[in-house]
Amino acid sequence: MLKVKDLNVYYGKIHAIKGIDFDVKNGEIVTLIGANGAGKTTTLKTISGILKAEKGVISFDGENITRIKPHLIPDFGVAHVPEGRQVFAQMSVYENLIMGAFIRKDKREIANDIEMVYTYFPRLKERHKQLAGTLSGGEQQMLAIGRALMTKPKLLLLDEPSMGLAPILVDEIFSMIQTINGAGTTILLVEQNANKALRIAHRGYVLETGVIKLTGTSEELMSNDEVRSAYLGG
Amino acid sequence: MKLFFQQVINGLNSGSIYALIAIGYTLVYGILKLINFAHGEIMMFGAYFSFIAAATMDMPFWFVIIFSMGLSAILGMLVEFVAYRPLRQAPRLSALITAIGVSMFLQNVSLMVFGADPKVMPRIFPNVVFNIFGIEISSITLITIGLSVFFMILLELFISHTKQGRAMRAVSENQDAAILMGINVNRTVSITFLIGSALGALGGILYSTAYTNIAPTMGTMPGLKAFVAAVLGGIGSVPGAMLGGFLIGMIENMSKAYISTTWADAIVFLILIIVLLFKPTGILGKDIKEKV
Ligand SMILES: Nc1ncnc2c1ncn2[C@@H]1O[C@H](COP(=O)(O)OP(=O)(O)O)[C@@H](O)[C@H]1O
Ligand SMILES: [Mg+2]
Repeated sequence: MLKVKDLNVYYGKIHAIKGIDFDVKNGEIVTLIGANGAGKTTTLKTISGILKAEKGVISFDGENITRIKPHLIPDFGVAHVPEGRQVFAQMSVYENLIMGAFIRKDKREIANDIEMVYTYFPRLKERHKQLAGTLSGGEQQMLAIGRALMTKPKLLLLDEPSMGLAPILVDEIFSMIQTINGAGTTILLVEQNANKALRIAHRGYVLETGVIKLTGTSEELMSNDEVRSAYLGG
Repeated sequence: MKLFFQQVINGLNSGSIYALIAIGYTLVYGILKLINFAHGEIMMFGAYFSFIAAATMDMPFWFVIIFSMGLSAILGMLVEFVAYRPLRQAPRLSALITAIGVSMFLQNVSLMVFGADPKVMPRIFPNVVFNIFGIEISSITLITIGLSVFFMILLELFISHTKQGRAMRAVSENQDAAILMGINVNRTVSITFLIGSALGALGGILYSTAYTNIAPTMGTMPGLKAFVAAVLGGIGSVPGAMLGGFLIGMIENMSKAYISTTWADAIVFLILIIVLLFKPTGILGKDIKEKV
């Protein structure tokens, strides 16, 4: 579904992504794990076109999307839940979800999908009129995921959904990611929390300072000594 | 007491014009974090366009308004496209200096095209003066307030209930997140300039109808006061710009009546300073930060 080949991304002179290759197949949860500053966010932003690739090819369902303008990426079926949630703070929960459906015209379907998001995250329904900026971190994460789902994506890019959340909320969100995947959405999950990410992912890649160091199934990575010592706390 | 109510009417009259112009500053600031110093000149061109339609083409008032708002909207979008868009990623100071440059450029263009001699705006609205309990209200005042309020309500409906209006709010809140929703930022910015410039032009038409003179420098002072109004109300906030506009109009007219004509402008700026000391974001300016 998603194929990344020899991707190189720069910030000015800083070479942040140094020729990485990876792919995500239809129906999978694939995780990209790595320490702070490894280049995870840069990778996702380049897939959604916010950053430009200096070199390399990103293709989605066989189409080359490397040079597509960022606002046209959602049309391909790629949705991005950015790092730090980035909800529209001064809009209500409901309006945030409506914003997610910006590229869609099917009014009735949109209403159904909002209900679907509310069944995934009942707390959002309770707070549908509340301004997003006044939600807790966990609720904002739910809203950011819900908003991305409203684009009706085939592939969901998630940038550190566990960041800054209490462990119990992380579990709740990760189990919801599994549910969303079970309902047919492919997922690329970027995480520093390698332990939790590998537990729900089918496969993973380990990113270190812009280079992919290791790849394998989640079981393989979890039993790998390097991964255990560097990312799973021994 | 009569004087007081007379000044309330006058304040609403000039206040509604300031409010119309202030909206343009606040919309553009909200979306680009740029103080569009050329906005007063758009208002001035709006006045000239209305003069052309009314004096040389002898058109009815509704045509004059549509003609002027339409041409000014195009002019505003052109300014954005040519002068501000290439500087989108540049430091805001560069864009600000460019805006001042555009303002001077437009003043000089108008000086070349229309000449330095002020033009006299023909009467496009009927001028009847009503006397209600000794307070004089002219039909022009009523039309000014009515048209302004009508367009402000239209704008509010647009911003809160239409897809494009939501896109404007989304871009002004969080540009990257808006892009991820599939919103075309360039298009949204163009629409913002279209709306702001059209409303500014309406302000120019109403201003020149009230004061009858049209000149290349006429945008400077009302532009500055409308900017003050936008800051007072909370720059970036549309209701803030409206409130600020009416407040400035009111303060200005009350000062003229009760304090001093020559000091009226100074008092307007003094009040701005005092308000900003207590509430730096302006009266309705929000500063909700996302929780992380
Ligand atoms: N806007 C930026 N300008 C310059 N360098 C940046 C910028 N954003 C990120 N970087 C650098 O790129 C590298 C990768 O960053 P990032 O993709 O944010 O990592 P991660 O998401 O894995 O924490 C880091 O070395 C970081 O310092
Ligand atoms: Mg990151």
